[in-house]
Parts: sequence; structure tokens; C-alpha cells
Amino acid sequence: MEITVHQIMFALFSAIILVFSVLTVTTRRILRAATFLLLVLVSTAGLYFMLNYQFMAAVQLTLYAGGIVVLIIFSILLTSHISQKFEPIGWKKMYFSALAAIAGAILCITTILQHNFQATTEAAKEIDMKVIGNSLLSYEREGYVLPFEVISVLLLAAMIGAIVIAKRKKKE
Amino acid sequence: MLTSGIPMEAFLVVSTIMFFAGVYGFLTRRNLITILMSVELILNSVNINFLVFNRFLFPNQLQGHFFSLFIIAIAAAEAAVAIAIIINIYRHFNSINVENVNEMKY
Repeated sequence: MEITVHQIMFALFSAIILVFSVLTVTTRRILRAATFLLLVLVSTAGLYFMLNYQFMAAVQLTLYAGGIVVLIIFSILLTSHISQKFEPIGWKKMYFSALAAIAGAILCITTILQHNFQATTEAAKEIDMKVIGNSLLSYEREGYVLPFEVISVLLLAAMIGAIVIAKRKKKE
Repeated sequence: MLTSGIPMEAFLVVSTIMFFAGVYGFLTRRNLITILMSVELILNSVNINFLVFNRFLFPNQLQGHFFSLFIIAIAAAEAAVAIAIIINIYRHFNSINVENVNEMKY
């Protein structure tokens, strides 16, 4: 069986995702956890490129890897020492959490592998920026103008709320 | 097609393991920021699932694509508000470990 470039790329991205997502939740240094999270998010963008969703990959890179990780790293620098190590968690908690996570993963994976997915036979739609923009602002069938507007209000509310919460209270 | 030679289940298995890594972190971590990072892992794996189902099963539609777009926007809003709350907690308690923050319980 011949191994294609896509399979090599997929193996690379998924290996990075698997290794570093486990390391993100098990490492004892918080800044390293943030760096591993960044690697996971960037290789997820690589998977989106492989799925041929270029716009989603760009959004993932700019918003997740560029925005949220930088926000997390700034808040880490504001709230903890870089050299600080977490105390090791108790074996009981670690054991039962790992048991729950592994049992859930095995259950989901066996269900996925046994299920027979039926794909549509209709022709694939070409997704470029024009299609995305048009359907994002269209109010007809398969238009998304209502969630678009709702999410803009939500983002405004979140922005104002974040400013108000994080603002230092005036001393009387 | 670009994804030729890669079965759909491979993507789903990767996102499942990522999801449960996030669940494990959510259960074991004691620092609020690392809990937030676990939640981001969970949201990201759900995003992969939406896009994979959209690409492999319904390539003639765009629902999964837009759903994950909105998930990313909500995750950004959530992270901003959560970090504002975390910084405020740090000012009050000088720590962001969940054991130390128990005054709001009563």
C-alpha cells in the first residue's frame, strides 16, 4: 500500500495533537501547559487545512492560537510565578479521573468504529470567501444573519463585562 | 479530494482522545487557568467533529462549518470574561487555586 503525503501529514498532525493534549493536562508547570495548548491548536488548524476548510483554519490560527492563547499567557504572567510547580495531585483523584476519562474514550471510540456512517451522494459545494460571506449575511434559507447578529451582541456584552469585572475598584 | 486516503474515523478518534484529555484535566486540575485551558481543549475537539461531519457526510451544506465558527466566537467571549473573573479573584484572595476560593459559597 502506498503512503501518500496527506497520510503522512495527517499522522504528523494527529501525533502532535494526541501527545501535546495529554501533556497540556498533565504537566506541572503552567506556562508549559499554555505552550503545549498552543501547539495543539496550531496542529488543529493543520487538520482544518487538510479538510479543505481554509477559512476555518485561518480563523483558528488568528482567534485561538493568536488571541485566546495570548490572553491565557498574559493572565498566567499576572497571576502566578513562572517557575512555580503545581503540587502533585493525590493518587486517588488521579486514578479515578483517569479511569473515567479512559472509560469514556474507549466507549466513544468503539461506538464510532462500529457505526456505519452514510454520506450524501450530492455534489460537494465549493466553499470560498464569497459563499461564506453571502450565507453569513443572508436571511433566506441556509442564511445565518440571526446568529451572526446575536453573536455580535454577545461579543459586545462580553467585552463590556470583562472590562467592568477586571476594573480596579476605586478606594473611598 | 484533499482528504483522500484518510478515513473519517481517524479524525473522529483523534478528536475523541483530545476531548477526554480535556475532561481529565478538568477533573484533576486545581488552578483556574488550567481548568480554562481544559475547557478550550474540549471546545476545540467538538469543532473538529463538526467540521469532519460536514466535510465527509454533508459536503453539499455548510451547517457544521458555521456552527464551529460560532463556537470559536463564543469560546473567545467566554475566555475573555473568565480571565477577567480570574484576575479579580486573584486580587481578592491572592491565589487562583480552587480550594482557596470558597468564600462565595456561603
